Amino acid sequence: MERYTIITLFFLVVFTWSCNTDGGTRNAPVTDNRSPSEKLKTYDDFSRLESRLTTLSDSVYIVNFWATWCKPCVAELPYFFEVEKKYADKKVKLLLVSLDFKKQIESKLKPFLDKREINTEVVVLSDPDSNTWIDKVSPEWSGAIPATLVFNKDKKDFYEQSFELEELEEVLKGYFH
Amino acid sequence: MLTLAALFLLASCTGESASSDTTATNQAPPAPTTKKEEKKKEKKGYKIGDLVEDFELENIDNKMVSLASLGDDVKGATIVFTCNSCPYAVMYEDRLVEISKRAKAAGYPIIAIMPNDLSVKPDDSLDKMKIRAEEKGFDFPYVIDAKQSIYPKFGATRTPEVYVLDKTAEGFKVAYHGAIDDNHEDAAAVKVNYIDNAFEFLGKGEPVDPGATKAIGCTIKVKKG
Repeated sequence: MERYTIITLFFLVVFTWSCNTDGGTRNAPVTDNRSPSEKLKTYDDFSRLESRLTTLSDSVYIVNFWATWCKPCVAELPYFFEVEKKYADKKVKLLLVSLDFKKQIESKLKPFLDKREINTEVVVLSDPDSNTWIDKVSPEWSGAIPATLVFNKDKKDFYEQSFELEELEEVLKGYFH
Repeated sequence: MLTLAALFLLASCTGESASSDTTATNQAPPAPTTKKEEKKKEKKGYKIGDLVEDFELENIDNKMVSLASLGDDVKGATIVFTCNSCPYAVMYEDRLVEISKRAKAAGYPIIAIMPNDLSVKPDDSLDKMKIRAEEKGFDFPYVIDAKQSIYPKFGATRTPEVYVLDKTAEGFKVAYHGAIDDNHEDAAAVKVNYIDNAFEFLGKGEPVDPGATKAIGCTIKVKKG
């Protein structure tokens, strides 16, 4: 009986561990104490972003193209933060792709991120030859921002528009099962 | 009891991957939302080779400007949708003045059209357009699409956005549509100036290659609500 208990315990530990590693990366608490501006990454080449526009995971990704100089973009940011928080348990993940000008990253983008305490992942896409990569984001995209991509492993939707919160939730509901 | 607990954990563990498997296999191709369908249908405007309907829009000097008003000597026209308020468009202002010289020389003079709604962008009013044109030394018409009736015919979506038109026996036809050049941030680092490239091809009597390009820009602003 004692041996049986030990074996069961062993399996319990193994299964708990395997479960945790599976979900661990997704649900890991934020241990990165750097400020939003310190966490900011720059992709000089679109290919670095391209690999992040598809997924094999169970997550639903929202990739929003914006810039601090784009008023409608800034206006809709809170809605993205809200759904990111509200649907975290549905594995909704947000990536903000900033198209801010190189010379305004220090003077405008970084202060903006710190002031608003934007802890969502932000990358600056600094690849000026946009004609080479706009179609790779979506052939539907004319190049105007704001523009938003929503996708999971099965489907992808592209929106060249500003979002209201309700509209955004409506889009996401199409990804929840 | 422990066995039960282990089984439960196992079930919850596999349960997750099992459910994700079902979503993968059972998911029918998603039906596009009606909204999206509407949006796709709305997407229209001139394509390369299309005949352009003439327009009559008010210039900063309060005179009306049309394609016909360019005179009989032109080979075509360079239509630039731009505005005062879009930082992206602003980056191109000095370059437009330079391009204007080459466009005139090639026979494709610039007409800059401001397409934004003024209730959203008060900085794009005719008075403020006039001030900007003076500051920057625009030597081309800077007209306002006050009724927002012309930019949708072109299918323009952003500022800045360019259409190079070729004048044929039938009228003005779209020969090039898209970006001004391939580097908005640094004029000195531009590799291809798409407008000059279009003039070159047109000069040889050949179809422009590339005939269409894309670039980042500000959405054309329409009245809210």
